Amino acid sequence: MKIVEKGIVVKNERIAEGIYDLRIKLPKIASLACCGQFAEVYPDNGVNLLARPISICETRGDIIRLVFQVAGKGTKIFSGLKEGDTVRVLGPCGNGYPLVKAEKYILAGGGIGVPPLLETAKKLKAMGEVEVFLGFRSGSFLVEDFEALGVNVNIATDDGSVGFKGNVVGFMESLDAKGDVIYSCGPKIMLKYLAKFGEGRGITTYVSMEERMACGTGACVGCAIKIKSGDGYENKKVCKDGPVFDSREVIWE
Amino acid sequence: MIDTRVKIAGIEFKNPVTTASGTFGSGREFSDFVDLNRLGAVTVKGVAAKPWQGNDAPRIAEVYGGMLNSVGLQNPGVEYFIREDIPFLRQFDTKIIVNVCGHTLDEYTECVRMLREADVDMLELNISCPNVKEGGMAFGTDCKMIEKVVSEVKKAAKQPLIVKMTPNVTDITETSKAAEAAGADALSMINTLTGMKIDIYKRKPVLANKIGGVSGPAVKPVAVRMVWQSAKAVKIPIIGMGGIMSAEDAIEFIMAGAAMVSAGTANFINPTATTDIISGIEEFMEKGGIKDLSEIRGIV
Repeated sequence: MKIVEKGIVVKNERIAEGIYDLRIKLPKIASLACCGQFAEVYPDNGVNLLARPISICETRGDIIRLVFQVAGKGTKIFSGLKEGDTVRVLGPCGNGYPLVKAEKYILAGGGIGVPPLLETAKKLKAMGEVEVFLGFRSGSFLVEDFEALGVNVNIATDDGSVGFKGNVVGFMESLDAKGDVIYSCGPKIMLKYLAKFGEGRGITTYVSMEERMACGTGACVGCAIKIKSGDGYENKKVCKDGPVFDSREVIWE
Repeated sequence: MIDTRVKIAGIEFKNPVTTASGTFGSGREFSDFVDLNRLGAVTVKGVAAKPWQGNDAPRIAEVYGGMLNSVGLQNPGVEYFIREDIPFLRQFDTKIIVNVCGHTLDEYTECVRMLREADVDMLELNISCPNVKEGGMAFGTDCKMIEKVVSEVKKAAKQPLIVKMTPNVTDITETSKAAEAAGADALSMINTLTGMKIDIYKRKPVLANKIGGVSGPAVKPVAVRMVWQSAKAVKIPIIGMGGIMSAEDAIEFIMAGAAMVSAGTANFINPTATTDIISGIEEFMEKGGIKDLSEIRGIV
């Protein structure tokens, strides 16, 4: 079930270079959302017509928290939203992460792929042990939010400004990270190597994928992703069949 | 009392609003937001005799006042459509229009034959998609080819046939007349205009397919002009579309001569666009003392 809801901005704060923490009062969407789903946010400026897909970082009561990066015209508009502004949102979209029963979970996020893991960590914490690996180019964000959950957080940065110097998958390899299931979101190249990491160790790995999309409902068939099918592939929809896929299904190019 | 009913090729629609093929899925994708019972018809995403994979991603780009797409008619095939989508849509009190695509004439006629016993109200022949290498627009820009494809498909078809026209021609009245002469029961226009967007930082096209189709409010004046010209050139009804975002837009098309109208890209921007347009048309009629849309149809 998805709905279109007009929400009131409760808070919008810049938390890192080009990264914003936007909180919107959206009671209906908040009551429906699961971890790993996303929201389609409409710029509604009369020029940029298509909604922008943004992962849901967490839900708190009737507030939806979206942590996004300014990547173009739409997200630039969202960065200027002020408390009290109205925003039109379609959601919750996509399948979200399956909450699999296990003893130990690994969460791996890279850059703007980090936010959706927060709600996931919250949910999984109630089910077992959670270890989080977060990768950034330089500096970090949301780390305190993960730490506040009481989960073990490991950080890697490309420039070594925080934690391990190098990429997050390399960090996990160097520590020989152990767990039963991996939940991940991040750049495609990171997810590709993470899939190798997980598959090589026999760990089920869920990856959250991204593609340009128009509708967010499965109608426009814009957000195609190649998924293994027989000897070949089948084009699935990131917005409806995903964004979360089992890494073994994905054709990495 | 206003009467919004409209009849095309003997089929009665409760109101003149349907969906542009490829923007509304099979209706299911929008059933969370839209009461499908309200719609005059659901025009479903194009189906082919066999499943199609479509083009590589990226397939979507935003442009000023609209969007570009190069989906390439990805679809699960007509058998899947008959099995899964028709029973779903028949739960609702609305008409079903099936958009039919093919790479070759044989593929079009095969698909249409497979639909002969299917419970659908009308067919829409897609000879105007700019995103497939064979068939599609290649069939819709040449009058001789239009006559051939339309007459062959018409022979194979059981349901009334709408022919969806491409705007990528010099004279829309010539192609419209060719489709009418070949036996089309109605025309729909416009499909997308071919377009392109370049990522200046990557120094390459944004779409994997390089070229795509432009849709959205930016193309509306082109569409209104073409409907207006065609409506004067042919006697068969026209389903007008191209950038319709509101009831006011829809009424422009009706005044240009359209019998019905379709909301397309609007569905992506406002998921309740279809029902908003229907309510808006009703309000316009009531306020303007218009009892039947025939009073204003083609008035310009």
